[in-house]
Amino acid sequence: MLKRVAIGLIAVVVVAAGGVGAFAWRPAIGEVTPPSPSAFTPALVAQGEVLAAAGYCATCHTAKGGAPYAGGYPMKTAFGTVYSSNITPDAKTGIGAWSEAAFRRAMHDGVARNGAHLFPAFPYDHFTKLSDADVTALYAFIMTRPAVAATPPANTVPFPLSIRALQAGWKLLFFRPGRFQPDPSKSEAWNRGAYLAEGVSHCGACHTPRNSLGAEQRSMALSGALIDNWIAPALTSANPSPAPWDETELAAYLHSGISRYHGVAAGPMGPVVHDGLSRLPGADIQALAVYFADVGGAAARTPSLTPALDKAAAADRLNTGPQADPSARLYTAACASCHYNGAGQPNPLRPDLGLNSAIYLDDPTNLIRVILYGLDAKEGAPGVVMPGFAGWPDGEVARLAAYLRATRTGKAPWPDLEKKVASIRAQGK
Amino acid sequence: MTRFKINGRQVTTDIDEATPLLWVIRDDIGLTGTKFGCGIGLCGACTVHVGGRATRSCITPLSAVDGAEVTTIEGLDPQGRHPVQQAWLALQVPQCGYCQSGQIMQAAAMLKDFPNPTDHDIDAVMSGNLCRCMTYVRIRAAIKQAASAMTGGAS
Repeated sequence: MLKRVAIGLIAVVVVAAGGVGAFAWRPAIGEVTPPSPSAFTPALVAQGEVLAAAGYCATCHTAKGGAPYAGGYPMKTAFGTVYSSNITPDAKTGIGAWSEAAFRRAMHDGVARNGAHLFPAFPYDHFTKLSDADVTALYAFIMTRPAVAATPPANTVPFPLSIRALQAGWKLLFFRPGRFQPDPSKSEAWNRGAYLAEGVSHCGACHTPRNSLGAEQRSMALSGALIDNWIAPALTSANPSPAPWDETELAAYLHSGISRYHGVAAGPMGPVVHDGLSRLPGADIQALAVYFADVGGAAARTPSLTPALDKAAAADRLNTGPQADPSARLYTAACASCHYNGAGQPNPLRPDLGLNSAIYLDDPTNLIRVILYGLDAKEGAPGVVMPGFAGWPDGEVARLAAYLRATRTGKAPWPDLEKKVASIRAQGK
Repeated sequence: MTRFKINGRQVTTDIDEATPLLWVIRDDIGLTGTKFGCGIGLCGACTVHVGGRATRSCITPLSAVDGAEVTTIEGLDPQGRHPVQQAWLALQVPQCGYCQSGQIMQAAAMLKDFPNPTDHDIDAVMSGNLCRCMTYVRIRAAIKQAASAMTGGAS
């Protein structure tokens, strides 16, 4: 009897393993000779270039100081560090031997040319929405880049998570392959914005919280998440910024990295704008703005703009004239020279902290990071630097953050600020 | 390797990119008009322009200005006759003079944002520039005189 049960169990396991194996197994697609750059029309390459910018391919596929698209950029995940692959057309170390069909399968299904499942650090769960024509254009652009021989460092994803076949199970649970489906009840611009945002620009990869297995939680799409030691704020109506993100401000921010009513693109959003979206045609930026103004419910929030500006201007006036409060003195000495606006509209290059998203978030991380480490000329407003104040003790940084929160927002104080500053300092820039 | 422009001249350097910009400007490039004061961004003596904005160079790492345009007191005006510098001379603003290049750079940047600054504006924007000789009254007067000159006498 026992023997029979044991045999039965073994049979079940073998069949199940076979089933999973059959499902997990994907054939290799034969190698091709790298196509000649002249095989692609300039118009197609140009279309691919715009899409590659919209997807910031170079940001993740280029190591610091390395050749563009040659890979080796470390992505720290909860499951270990994944190094991006070399996607230059080098036949041995890059994807030069990939046919367009192999490239398309990687983009749409997350499977490499050799049949291995890709880790979802490569956001194929978004790229699956790309149209066939756009994948063709991206292929043309990538295959006309200079080939670079470079092998990225080995991933540090621990066993058994490193087994590629297990990714088939992850896909079964969380991956919904399929092209973008337009919403006929929305405008053409809205649908174009949604197509870019949900597809190639993969906004949800940072702005949607992930579950314990690293998959985006669809029920909480774009509701904000912690990413690379920064807070990617909510893009829904849960966004706490005092001024609404309307089409004008979204278009300005996504194109130039600066919104006069919200602040500048900092942290991981810096390259998203400056190495990516800023190269999109105006119509595509406008489409993204139309889409996100709708996602964030900006229209309903329009009346809040004037009160928000008045409140910020009143807070701004606190820092003129002699100051007795030590926190106010700290702000006046260190911050007001650049952030004071006085009467009239806020100057986009004097980011008004009474309007700044970072001060309104429930988590002070973004504000503390910017105080400690500042912003380089390549981030935020291009060519302009905010120096960092990492030379200050934790207590002084915490004092400044608490002061801004108290005088600008009317929201509950952030708890344990000094400890938070210490922990962010320990993470480094 | 860091590349940036200083006073219109292209500079390429392999100095450790964590080095404060002030060190690079003074010790490596040899422009000593910009002064070291507190080293923590609280006195303004080291103020230069980065992308035309007043910036404390003592807490700005070299890496931050890669690709940027830096202007020091030496580059504010080719003849040293920027309206703020002229007003400084006319009103004999400096006493010991240590803070003045920072004051002038901050004031020149301010006048781009506030062409006709009120006392409130000057207090708010200039409070980060300390003067141990307490010449604040003349600093304010000189800024107003420069503003007047720059806006064609209208105020």
